[in-house]
Amino acid sequence: MPALPLDEAGKYVAGAYVVFVALILIYVAIIAAKIARIDRQISELVSEDDE
Amino acid sequence: MYSKGLAPLAAATVVTLTTAFALVFFYAPNDADQGFVQKIFYVHVPMAIVALGGFVAGGVFAIKHLRSGDSSWDMRSYVAIHQSIILGLGVLVTGAIWAKASWGHWWVWDEPVLVSFLVVFLLYCVYYPLRFSIEDRERQARYSSVFAITAGAFVPLNFVAVRMAESFTHPRVLSQTGGDLPGDMRLTFLVALLGMALLFVTLWKLELTAKHASMQLKKLRNRARVAA
Repeated sequence: MPALPLDEAGKYVAGAYVVFVALILIYVAIIAAKIARIDRQISELVSEDDE
Repeated sequence: MYSKGLAPLAAATVVTLTTAFALVFFYAPNDADQGFVQKIFYVHVPMAIVALGGFVAGGVFAIKHLRSGDSSWDMRSYVAIHQSIILGLGVLVTGAIWAKASWGHWWVWDEPVLVSFLVVFLLYCVYYPLRFSIEDRERQARYSSVFAITAGAFVPLNFVAVRMAESFTHPRVLSQTGGDLPGDMRLTFLVALLGMALLFVTLWKLELTAKHASMQLKKLRNRARVAA
């Protein structure tokens, strides 16, 4: 099993994987915010209808 | 509509990507030439392949839109291109990190693989101003589809041009003979590629679901306004 060298190369490899994970997390967070907004608006619409 | 099968797909994505990263760091050997830095390959190359595939898929969906006139195909095309641009950004950044680690430069302008990918990426960046500068929904969808088809046809050309290029600074991974990756590295690469493709499809479905819900909500609001 190859070791995980935290030397010069390890810094670059960690950087590349962090970029990938960060991109996906930011994207998912934006979509989650959109879905939360839609959910809120649906609730508003339902409460308007109830009134 | 689009959310069907999203949960198992998301689970499969998480399992495959986790397996891929475990294989990258605990199974695949270090490259004899580049050493540990070559591990970037397992995130950079699958991302590039899936991004380019997504651009082509965007073109195919656009063809379906123009043939059927069904706006849902335009939405599929838009989301595929949107996701590919995000992955494309990741490809450029991880590629720059890899270039700095192994060549000592963040960017090499005389390397056709890098420059041609940048050209494709910038070409697709034009898609947004083109799309959102048109207010009429039907025209917007039609013009965007024409762009997606034209640009989508350019992507395989980019691939062929890179193959024909003489410079061999950038490593060639896949060749007609199946590449020269050792078995354990190839397995790791294929699992990473599968994981990346699953991630693309999952996020594509997720964004389509959000967009569809948003459009349905707008329709409901309009109906409520008319009724009031």
